[in-house]
Amino acid sequence: MRTPLRPLARILQAREDGLNPDSIEKENLRLRHEAMRERARGRAEFRLLILCASFVLAFGAIGTRMGLMAASVPMEPRASAPGAEIIAQRADITDRNGRILATNMTTHALYAHPKVMVDPKGVAVKLAGIFPELDAEALARRFTDGRSFVWIRKVLSPEQMQLVHEIGDPGLLFGPREMRLYPNGNLAAHVLGGTSFGAEGVHSAEVIGTAGIEKALDARLRDPAQGGKPLALSIDLSIQATVEEVLFAGMSMLNAKGAAAILMDVRTGEIVALTSLPTFDPNNRPNPLVDRNAEPGDSPLFNRAVQGVYELGSTFKIFAVAQAMELGLVNPETMVDANAPMTWGKHRIKEFEGKNYGPLLSVSDVIAKSSNVGTAHMALMIGPLRQQAFLKSLGFFEATPLELIEAPGARPLIPKRWPEIVTITTSYGHGMSASPMHLAAAYAAIANGGVMIKPTLLKREGPTTGVRVMSEKTALESVRMLRRVVTEGTASLGEVPGYEVAGKTGTADKPKKTGGYYNDKVINTFASVFPASNPQYVLIVTLDEPMDTTLSEPRRTAGWTAVPVAAEIIRRVAPLMGIRPKLEPPAPDALTAASN
Amino acid sequence: MRPVLYVLTFLAVIALGFWAYRENYATQSALKEVQTLQRQIVGLREGLALQRAEWAYLNRPDRLRDLATANFDRLGLLPMEPGQFGTPAQIAYPRSTFPEIDLPVDIQGALDLTEEGL
Repeated sequence: MRTPLRPLARILQAREDGLNPDSIEKENLRLRHEAMRERARGRAEFRLLILCASFVLAFGAIGTRMGLMAASVPMEPRASAPGAEIIAQRADITDRNGRILATNMTTHALYAHPKVMVDPKGVAVKLAGIFPELDAEALARRFTDGRSFVWIRKVLSPEQMQLVHEIGDPGLLFGPREMRLYPNGNLAAHVLGGTSFGAEGVHSAEVIGTAGIEKALDARLRDPAQGGKPLALSIDLSIQATVEEVLFAGMSMLNAKGAAAILMDVRTGEIVALTSLPTFDPNNRPNPLVDRNAEPGDSPLFNRAVQGVYELGSTFKIFAVAQAMELGLVNPETMVDANAPMTWGKHRIKEFEGKNYGPLLSVSDVIAKSSNVGTAHMALMIGPLRQQAFLKSLGFFEATPLELIEAPGARPLIPKRWPEIVTITTSYGHGMSASPMHLAAAYAAIANGGVMIKPTLLKREGPTTGVRVMSEKTALESVRMLRRVVTEGTASLGEVPGYEVAGKTGTADKPKKTGGYYNDKVINTFASVFPASNPQYVLIVTLDEPMDTTLSEPRRTAGWTAVPVAAEIIRRVAPLMGIRPKLEPPAPDALTAASN
Repeated sequence: MRPVLYVLTFLAVIALGFWAYRENYATQSALKEVQTLQRQIVGLREGLALQRAEWAYLNRPDRLRDLATANFDRLGLLPMEPGQFGTPAQIAYPRSTFPEIDLPVDIQGALDLTEEGL
């Protein structure tokens, strides 16, 4: 009920008393305002309280949910459709036809809770009986020194697991493990690399790549978003196996220390086979060498095809010739100075075994006969700057972009300064080192009509675009010259009837650690392209310290070692790739015959 | 009127409670079934992966090569060679097997002109 501001009784009283009645009104007005303010404050406080409570509730709910989620064991959604993808934590690796190169297998790890063991010492003895590498005494000590958890084995075979079951001690426990399996053994070992366990728990362990494509594409293989979709490589299992077989036979026959081969599709840049010998079993990867004096190449883990950076010798000559033709300095018939030995400053450039092909030699014959002096003169015509730019465009100045963890580390060795003597030596493949993979990519550019395509180990669909490094005409003429090397030059053993092999041999003396070169240690390379009339594949074969001893005098030139091995590889592999042998039109030698 | 409404509401609550109880158990058993099925699927998939691995292991090239060598007498398998490609010209045309026409041919349905009296 509203109190009047001027209650009549009090007003009259005040008037009687001679007081100002207005003061009563003021007093009442003040009281009323105070009451209103009280009410307003009360309401505001109540609202604040409500707001506060709702915030507390909201944050409390979120906090509780977060706490619950953090504290509870993760669970897969049970009601949704079966998670088809989540079967393996690491995707399979297959070859280009879907045949398995690497897959997973479920197995078990063995661990122990010594505190609940009935008879720790007896268990230790029995375990040592099952696993010969375990020491019963050491194990018994670990079981009895008061610890409550001991790892015993990372993986078990089903038979071993059964034997451990038969011990029947409650302190022995198994944890599920996913294990990487390479069913083909040491096939394509350097491509695949290997895996090991990362973070290990009782219920599962992480499988991580340690080398090769397993490490380079680790994130892709473990990506759950890929849904366990297998990774298809460009490698072809049967071709890879054949290349390895023939190369191994060649390597043992020629007493070589090591060997490497690369087979590459020139149109797509796919590596169909890549092998390095000696090899290893990725299921049981050996440990890296620890001896400080050991060369990296001594370990079977070393990938000669990708990591091996060698002086590749005369195989480089075709680049100088191709560039000279591209620049219009020469054509295949131009006669160049090939008078050996050539003197440049204090250096003397000689031919193989001190021969002299001069005084003049056609450009085509420079390649066929592998003349150092002829190539050197052409390199001088080109000049250091243009030579460097061309080699750079062929990828010789940086690591190959191959999907292997080893690839970025294998940078070519380039001379720091580039005086004219380096121009000369580089033109015939000395003084600068690159891996066989670099050579394969550069030869593929020539074979592919002058378009450089990045090599890859992943399956590609159809041809890809690349960078043009030389005109189609130059590329065609270069391949024709390489063909002459086989038909009438240094690689005559490389002829495979029907497959028109074209290629260039290279014999490089191995550099000593102390400087200078060995007299009797060579790296032999044969870089080949086939079929020459329509190049489809590039094959690089490299042999480390080979020696042909079929005749009385040991021979170490590529023409006697790498070339026959490459020819045998082509003879075996080309039919597998479905290339029909082609009957070549008879060589136009009728004219030369008539002139005699 | 009001008591009837109360009774009806009460009955509805009981009915709904019963329904919710049954739904709850039905859902739980369905989930349990899904879980068993999923476990089975995972088990089968594991088995499948293992069989694939075994298939790949048994078909590894060096084993096949050894087997081909060991069974050469029976199978006579050799590596593929360029000489095994043929050309269409090597395929003979099938021999024509039409019989020669040397006997008088009986033409059925031909009109016998003499019978017609013409």
